[in-house]
Amino acid sequence: MIPELGQFVVILALVVALIQGTLPLLGAQRGDERLMALARPLAQAQFTLLLLAFSALAWSFLTHDFSVKNVAQNSFSQLPAIYRFTATWGSHEGSLLLWTVILAGWSAAVAVFSRQLPQEMVARVLAVLGLVSVGFLALLVFTSNPFERLFPIPADGRDLNPLLQDAGMISHPPLLYMGYVGFSVAFAFAIAALLSGRLDAAWARWSRPWTTTAWTFLTLGVALGSWWAYRELGWGGWWFWDPTENASLMPWLAGTALIHALAATEKRGVFSNWSVLLAIATFSLSLLGTFLVRSGVLSSVHAFAVDPTRGLFILVFLGLVIGGSMTLYALRAPRMVAGGSFAWFSRESLLLANNVFLIAALGAVLLGTLYPLFLDALGLGKISVGPQYFNAVFVPLVAPALFLVGIGPLARWKKASLPDLMWRLKWAFGVALVTAALLPLTLDGMNLQVTLGLFLALWILFTVIKGFAQRLQHAGPDRWRQLLRLPRAFWGMQLAHAGLAILVVGVTMVSNYETERDVRMPIGSHVELAGYRFVFHGVEEVPGPNYLAGRATMEITSPHGRSFMLYPEKRNYDASGAIMTQAAVHYGLFRDVYISLGDPLGDGVWTVRVYHKPFVGWLWAGALLLAMGGGLAAADPRYRMVLRRRRVPDAEPALASAAAPEVR
Amino acid sequence: MSPAVLVAGALVFMMALPLPASQPALPTADDPVLEARLNELAVDLRCVVCQNESLAESRASLALDLRAEIRGMMRNGLTDEQVLESLVARYGDFVLYRPPVKPLTYALWGGPFVFLLIGIGLAAATLHRRRSMPEPEAVSPEALRQAARLLRTDPVSPAGQAPDVPGTPRPPLQQER
Repeated sequence: MIPELGQFVVILALVVALIQGTLPLLGAQRGDERLMALARPLAQAQFTLLLLAFSALAWSFLTHDFSVKNVAQNSFSQLPAIYRFTATWGSHEGSLLLWTVILAGWSAAVAVFSRQLPQEMVARVLAVLGLVSVGFLALLVFTSNPFERLFPIPADGRDLNPLLQDAGMISHPPLLYMGYVGFSVAFAFAIAALLSGRLDAAWARWSRPWTTTAWTFLTLGVALGSWWAYRELGWGGWWFWDPTENASLMPWLAGTALIHALAATEKRGVFSNWSVLLAIATFSLSLLGTFLVRSGVLSSVHAFAVDPTRGLFILVFLGLVIGGSMTLYALRAPRMVAGGSFAWFSRESLLLANNVFLIAALGAVLLGTLYPLFLDALGLGKISVGPQYFNAVFVPLVAPALFLVGIGPLARWKKASLPDLMWRLKWAFGVALVTAALLPLTLDGMNLQVTLGLFLALWILFTVIKGFAQRLQHAGPDRWRQLLRLPRAFWGMQLAHAGLAILVVGVTMVSNYETERDVRMPIGSHVELAGYRFVFHGVEEVPGPNYLAGRATMEITSPHGRSFMLYPEKRNYDASGAIMTQAAVHYGLFRDVYISLGDPLGDGVWTVRVYHKPFVGWLWAGALLLAMGGGLAAADPRYRMVLRRRRVPDAEPALASAAAPEVR
Repeated sequence: MSPAVLVAGALVFMMALPLPASQPALPTADDPVLEARLNELAVDLRCVVCQNESLAESRASLALDLRAEIRGMMRNGLTDEQVLESLVARYGDFVLYRPPVKPLTYALWGGPFVFLLIGIGLAAATLHRRRSMPEPEAVSPEALRQAARLLRTDPVSPAGQAPDVPGTPRPPLQQER
């Protein structure tokens, strides 16, 4: 009964989304207040309905309702409750349902937190979100029903993919989807702006906190995905340039370009057309990512050709979104160019350069991801595009962008002086360069990669400090109080940039100084690596809730004589018979010790792989700082203040006429 | 029987006696130098039956067999290039994670830098246009009156909230054409 209720509610939500996507839009075109007023309650109703549907599916999983096909295929009687819950979004159908719930959640949030926006704008934004929702709900209803029943009812389920039975998988998809789907809000604001013909600073200010929030979630989602791969795939890699990873990196790169372009649009009214284009591109790339991951096109173009229904559906939807919005853009955007002039060297021009490098890097990732698919689809042969390609083209494109991170925030808007800036940053540049050149010599000789990475990281860190110093140079004795009183947007930017530097340190160090040993260990034997001594105390059988583990006991002594234990496992899952390597990690500020248990060789001898990964934790610490910076910037009271000011009746026409020329 | 067990069995067979407990552990490979060379090569090779895994990481049976075969080729004195050639002859370019530069992949290798050039060109055009743009017109008296009214009636004064960069008020937007 509950699954049918869930299915019914999804269909109802589709109907609501259809109304939400049409009537308020019509109202906004005609100036009909009553139709426009429908948007908010409909968005909230849709969210409630989809929350119910999601609860119904979660209920089926939690109560072991194996008559539901989805549950039978992705759950198991012995699966722990927490993984039964997360299995709700472990399948294709379930993750699509999660996507629609999150989309409806964002719409409801826009409905609640947009009280001060003009009615017309709200109606258009929510209608666009409604139309996006129609696409996904139709996909759910017509091709991917998560509530489909199964007869005869199997006695037990086939279990959730063991790779997904992990803490990282609990939070990775929801966070990633919060980011992906969050950009639909930026997209909706852009489309609404095009429809109204008002691509102005006010639009940028409204859409900025939403965009930054979505970017924050996406940052967390991508980082968690990488952390999950690190812990769960058993070989300690953190990024493989896999198409699924690229699918999440591409919207992130576009989103990063977007939040920087929006900054210029809001402050100076420039680049507004470009910001709109980026908002459309970012959301389209989120859709492309969904297509790549969900259509099966990645495993093989031919697998996609055999069962193309879902993939084709998403592809057509993607085509409609891109085609529709680009047509609208072509009709509306070129008619106005807003904003004032700026010099060749200014904050604006530096943000422009940042966008050039970010988008070129995005283009490289897109090309590398799609190229083999196109060749295969056209019958021109099969090639593989792996990390070697991406590292070769991505690093040279991103390194200049990282260098600009040091300059951009210190340059003035409109017109900056290059000699002045060079003079002010001479110490930051010199110290960063000398340190980065000398440090590898103290480790294991000259290494240009390390020098480049460390130089960029130190350069960014020093200029972040310089940024604070510059803000406080005229502050009196209560300098520290002043520091805390700096705007949250400023703090957010600085924190995010510092996070980027820390991430670069992590990438540089672990890529160049990671060491490993692959050994066969009898009980009581030891192996040494990077000053650590690993003693193997044998493997014992330990039953888990839905698996049987061979658990090794390893005693590790650090170079400083401190010792600790690690327990890497080899798990054999009951239902699927899958064998999984569960690596054991000892996290540290400056290194991780990572052990992966191999295979038994008889007589208690096992192959074991031990890794020493310097600074690997900085990767995710940096990403966390990036996200915290984004969160702080989005929470800047500035955004709320402007909204409050809009309540003043007189403010409306004044702002509208001063800041927003209508399209002729 | 799973491939892992088979290989494990083979390895046990190869080892004459289990090692005494007190000794340091021996490398899994019989010839660590060769194994290092193999691994260096294998990270650039795709396990052709896996979803997207390199030959170095994969534990699929085909990957293990192929690694054993490469080991054999290396023992027979083949250079890395010769090993790659023989693998490409059998599996095509698909086995290489670093796609070879040839007419079919010119666009792949050249694309990113073409993107960069296009981007630089567009940015340069924008800069040129922005530099030669006229200064925004003076604010009309009507707008000033409205601003004054706004300031008077605005209950939330932005005091204490310094603008991001002092001294550069946002100019009114202007239209082209």
